[in-house]
This record gives sequence, C-alpha cells and structure tokens, in this order.
Amino acid sequence: METSLIPRLELVGITKRFPGVLANDNVGFSVKPGEIHALLGENGAGKSTLVKMIYGIMQPDAGEIRWNGQRVVVHNPKAARKLGVGMVFQHFSLFEAMTVLENIALGLDSKVPARDLEARVREVLKQYGLQLDPHRTVSTLSVGERQRIEIVRALLLNPSLLIMDEPTSVLTPQEVDQLFVVLRQLAREGCSILYISHKLHEIKALCDTATILRGGKVVATCDPKVETSRSMAEKMIGAGLKDVKKAPGRSFGGDKFVVEGLTVPRTEAFGTGLDSISFTVRAGEIFGIAGVAGNGQSELLLALDGEVQVQPEAIRIEGKAAGELSPNARRRLGLCAVPEERNGHAAIGDFTLADNSVLTARNRLGMVTGGLIRAGAAKTYTGKVIADFAVKALGPGSTAGSLSGGNLQKFIMGREILQKPSVLVVSQPTWGVDAGAAAAIHQSIVELAQTGTAVVIISQDLDELLALCDTLAVINGGRLSAPMRVGEVSIEEIGLLMGGIHGTAAETHIVPGERDAVPA
Amino acid sequence: MTLDLIIPIIITLVGASTPILLAGLGELVAEKSGVLNLGVEGMMLIGAVITVAVVLLTGNHWLAIVCAAGASAAAALIFGFLTLSLSANQVATGLALTIFGTGFSALFGQPYTGKAVPLFRSPFPPELAADPVWRVVFGYSPLVYFSLIMVVAVWWFLQRTRAGLILRAVGENDLSAHSIGYSVIGVRYLAVAFGGAMAGIAGSCFPLILTPQWVERLTTGRGWIALALVVFAAWRPFRLLAGAYLFGLVMTLEVYAKAAGGGFRVLPSELWAALPYLATILVLVLISMRRGGSSSAPACLGKPFLPTG
Repeated sequence: METSLIPRLELVGITKRFPGVLANDNVGFSVKPGEIHALLGENGAGKSTLVKMIYGIMQPDAGEIRWNGQRVVVHNPKAARKLGVGMVFQHFSLFEAMTVLENIALGLDSKVPARDLEARVREVLKQYGLQLDPHRTVSTLSVGERQRIEIVRALLLNPSLLIMDEPTSVLTPQEVDQLFVVLRQLAREGCSILYISHKLHEIKALCDTATILRGGKVVATCDPKVETSRSMAEKMIGAGLKDVKKAPGRSFGGDKFVVEGLTVPRTEAFGTGLDSISFTVRAGEIFGIAGVAGNGQSELLLALDGEVQVQPEAIRIEGKAAGELSPNARRRLGLCAVPEERNGHAAIGDFTLADNSVLTARNRLGMVTGGLIRAGAAKTYTGKVIADFAVKALGPGSTAGSLSGGNLQKFIMGREILQKPSVLVVSQPTWGVDAGAAAAIHQSIVELAQTGTAVVIISQDLDELLALCDTLAVINGGRLSAPMRVGEVSIEEIGLLMGGIHGTAAETHIVPGERDAVPA
Repeated sequence: MTLDLIIPIIITLVGASTPILLAGLGELVAEKSGVLNLGVEGMMLIGAVITVAVVLLTGNHWLAIVCAAGASAAAALIFGFLTLSLSANQVATGLALTIFGTGFSALFGQPYTGKAVPLFRSPFPPELAADPVWRVVFGYSPLVYFSLIMVVAVWWFLQRTRAGLILRAVGENDLSAHSIGYSVIGVRYLAVAFGGAMAGIAGSCFPLILTPQWVERLTTGRGWIALALVVFAAWRPFRLLAGAYLFGLVMTLEVYAKAAGGGFRVLPSELWAALPYLATILVLVLISMRRGGSSSAPACLGKPFLPTG
C-alpha cells in the first residue's frame, strides 16, 4: 500500500484542560503506518490524558484528531476500536475472577460464539508465539500473562494503531524482550504503535521516533536511535539530570536487621504466602528486594513493619526479637516503614500533614503527652519535613490528599527519615513519582544509609535497585533468593530469578528473548 | 414418619421458601452487578401491600403481581438514583429504603387490614392439585413454579449470555468495564430494578400463598433472611435454591412445633420461631470466618462507582 505519505494518526493542536491544570497544551505530532512511535514524558506530563483522547475515553477541548488524513471525532472507546485503534492499558482492565476467554469476549464489540472465539484466540496466540491458556482464571496468572490477554484482546480486532501505555513497568527483562519481538512483528505487518514510557533504554531499543512531552506541551520530536538516554532525559525533565551520589568504598557495620525463617501462610484468595525468608542487613547497607509484582512483596512489607505479627525470633531489630511486636512497638525499637500505597496506607488523605506526622512519629519524637497531642511539636516537625525534603505544600495544615503523588511520597519519606530510624523498610519508594522527586528520594535514602541506618528497599524497578543497593535478592512466589552483591550480578541472572527459575543463568542455558524462558 | 406427615411438611416448606428464594434471586443479580441493596425487606413490604390492594380491587392475581413488581422496582429505582447517580452510601440508603417501605406499606395498607385475600392457587386441574400424593408436585401456586423457573433463568443469564457476562464484569471491576466502554451505571440501574421487581413478587407471596390478608410488617423480616441467603449461596443461583429450601425447612419446623408438640416440645416454641434468624446469624458468622480462604463476593460489591479521568 502506497499510503505511507499520509500519516495514520495525526494530532493537531490538541488541548485539554482540567480544573486548575492544563493537561495538554496545543499538542501535535503524527504517526506513520508501521512506525513505532514513543511518547515520552514524566508522570503528569500529559501522556495518559493524550492517549485517553485518542482512544475516546475523553474528549479534547480544542484541536483535532486525523485518522488516515481524515478528521475524526472519537466519541468513545467503541468508536476508537471501530477505526482500528487498540489499546493496552498500564493498569490492566481485567476481571480477576473470570477466565481469559471471558475477559477477551468482554473486550469485543461484536458477539462471537464462545467456540469461534477460542479458535480465533488460539490463532492469534500462535501467530505471535504467545503462551496463554484461554481457560485459566485471570487471578492465577502472572502479570506478564495478564498483559498478553490485553494484547490478544487488542490484536483480535486487527488494529492499525496499537497504543501501549507503560507496558513494561511490571515485566521481567525476559518478558520485555518477548514483548518487543511481538511489537516489531506487528510493526513489520504495517500496524503503527504508540509506545508510552519513561524508560529511555527501551525507547532507544524499540522506537523509530520519539515525541517528548513536558508540562502538557510537546518539547521535542527526535530519533531515539541517535539521541543518548541522557539527552532525552534532560529534554523530558527540562533540566540537567542529577545522579545519585554514592560514596565509594563504603563499609558496613554490624548486623542491624536480621530476618530468619520468616514464614507467613497465604491469607487472601489472590495473595501469596511467605516461605522461610531469611536475610541480614548491616548498618549502612542498602538491601534491595527485586521481583515482579504479586510475588509476596506486599505480604513481606506487612510482616516486616509489624502489621502482620510472626514468630518472635523471625525478625530481629538490633538483636531484639521483634516478630510478635506491633508496628508501634517496632517503631520504638527503631524500625520505620514506608508502604507502597501512599494514600490510604502511608498517609490519610483527609488528614493534615501535621496529623499524618503524629500518626507515625508520635512516640519516637514525643508528640503525645498524657494522651494529648502536642500540636506545636507536630507542626514544627512537619514544617521541618516540608523544608528539608522540598515538599511542595502550603504548610503543615494542608491535607495529604491535596499533594501530588511525588510530593506526598517526599513528605512520607521525609517523615520517616527525620525520625532517624535504625532500620528503614521502604516499598516502591518512587512508584508513580516524577524523575525530579525520584532523584531527591533516592539521594535521601543513600544519605540515610551513610548515617548507619540499615535500609531495605522492596521495588519492581530494577534500575532503581541497581542504582541504590549494595546487596540484592529476588523474591518469587513468596521465596527469597540468596543475596547477591550489586556489581557482581548480571541483569539476565536477576531476570531469570524474577521469572521463577532458581539457579544461575549459566546452568539453565536460556537465551533472553526465547519464548519459553519464563514458565507460566 | 408417614407420607401423610411428610407431604404437608414439604408443601409448607416450599411455600415458606418461595418468597426468600425470589427476593434472594433478585438481590443476587443486583449484587453481581456490584450493588448492595439492603432495602429488600422494604421492597417486599411494598410488593405485599400493593398485591393486597390490587387483588381486593380487581380480583386479578396476575395483575396484582405485575403491579407489585412494578411498585417495588420503582422503589428500587429511587434507591438506584440515590446510590448510583448521586453516589450515596449504599448501606445507609438501603436501610432507609427498608424503613420507607415499612412505613409506606403500613400507611397504604391501613384500609385493607384484616380483609381476606383470595389465595393464588395451583394452575393445575383439581384432580392433580388436590390429589393427596400428587399435590406435592402440582399443588403449588404459580408463584412457586415461577420461582423455580427463575432459578434456571438467572443461572443461564449470568453464565451463558453476553449480557450476563457484562453484568458480572461490572460487579467484578467497574473501572475496567468502564474503560472497555460499558455503561456501569446503566447496567447497575437495570440490575437494581430487576432486584426490586423480584422483591416485589416475593412480597406478593405473603398474601397470595402464606397469610391471605394484610397486616402491618407482614413479611416479618424475611427480607433480611433473603439477604443472608445470597451470601450463604456464594452468589450462585442453585445454591440459593438449596439454601432457601433449607431455611424453609427450619421455618416449617417452627409451624409444626407450635401445632404438634410431641417431639417438638423439647424446645419452647419461641425458640423454634427464632431458629431461622439464629440460623441466619450463624451462617453469616461461618461465612465471614471462611472469608479469608476464598471469597466469591463480587469485588466491587457496595462500592460506589466514580469514573475518574
């Protein structure tokens, strides 16, 4: 087809305003047939809003969308799919209690008899070499498999534009490679791909063109193959990138935090049990726990911070058995924790920042006497957190819910770090946080460790762990691998552990990208 | 026990079970779509009083049942408007609906209090319906056969039709259903209206099968039993059928305990009367204890849907 001169998708002057924010400001770019086009930007740069308008979930306030040269109005997702736009969401729109096939059927606009549908699904799976059992219940599938459902759902409609919203944030490195194979095959067949991400090395490896958004505006369109990751990152942030400064040749003190044989039976239907987890963190050491979501990370955090009590000897804080202590008692011993979910777990959205400080800092910093809150002390401390961690908030009286994700995370990290804990457990410290705030949070973790605190970071972001940690272990199916020194371990090895293959990469002879590398 | 004793017990049991089965089926569908409507008792009372009024005015049972279904569905739609369109709290609004239904039925039913209502009898010829043995199959009110058909219909709808799949999807993950492009609020309105209509028909059972007259609070808390039954049945229509008949058995034993004595005398009749309610509490406690293992409740049950972004 000689239509390659007409862009498949062209956006002209797209503007979208929300109360108080200009989410998209006169955005324009075009995607050619068969092109893999990256949409790059920090959280809050307006990427999601933009694709939601292309997919018809929202309507632009101004500007137009042109499809194969024709102006179109996309009223709803159904209209978008009719045009040939498929979308794979970052947060999967899947139904846990239903089967793969039922989930796919729900995503189709036309009625297809169950048997025909199964045949078509199997055909698509075979065509793209994807592994998936149509009759499994979604709740039993790994995140990578769940993503495959979304992809199959989109591919069944023979899309000519596929939108992928942050598709790799939850995948193992091997799963990412498999995904790229599929995307390249699709592009070769003429399907355009709009690939949204903030992971620069992936964009360099996969995309033909990149449009960079910042603050709702297009700041650059470039060829990622000729740009460096650094130059794209700086365009994305709009300022020079700060590296995490880590003092070389650090030495560690004695054992501060010892976990031994920590076992927690599975309690929730779709949860994971913990199976004799053991690790030791020394003073000044940053210990990372990598793994794909849903492999026991949430359960581990609950057991470590005291929300779930375990055998007394399973957890020792500075030598004292703490396994059966409550979160408060553990805080008195010096263990502070930052859970993954900011709003509702780490902080209460409707409370003021000062009240949120009282919630976790009251004992260590004497904010309560005789059952009465010392409002002054809480306010002073909160003010210090806001100032030291550059939290953008009106003051200690602002509600936690009024802060942006990154600012709230900075506040929560600051609230725990300024308590000078001897052990800090953090889950997903920079999840959904913009790059500037992430760098600040990373720096504060490194500085805390330098004062002799033992730090545990549970994260799905491998880059983050490799940049910060001294030691790394991988959690899979509720079991923790042996600790590895960062710098002595390869990404492939970690990736295989994340996918559930124990042992070393050398023994298993699996080439990254080979399809069956990650078992179902 | 002889056949003479067993057959009347079965007939009483089936009659007692039918209203909770019908109301339970309606609530099951509403809950599958993610809406917890605690107004079942109120909607049943509305259905019951409308039935009495229409039967006494027109003498037409079918018309009475349709009117009862319509009136209760209308009440359910008020609940739907408050909880779905205005995102009011479902528990509080449901309780308010029960209080409203109780008050409305008491007021509206005053002129009809104590007047005899003709029973809605078996549609089969008397040779079958009144046969001492065969009446165990043919001797029931059409409402009973309707309730049994509805068990199969609801199961088939939820498991075998695309509309049922969408309804389950809405109750399982409203945000996903919305992002795929289904109207979450629309589906829930329909499910709530169906739940209301079924509760209304359940209400019809009281004057037409069980106690042929209107008295205040005629349904005596059976709406709550229907609610508990849905949880007991783990949102499955056939288990709901089994559960309803089990509760029906307990309620029937109460009746026989009052009348017969003998072996039933072991327990005072008040305790027999309390049994269904005690069983309800017991079942709910047992289920919530088990909840940790595997919960089959629709994931979005009781949560208001607020589309974001």
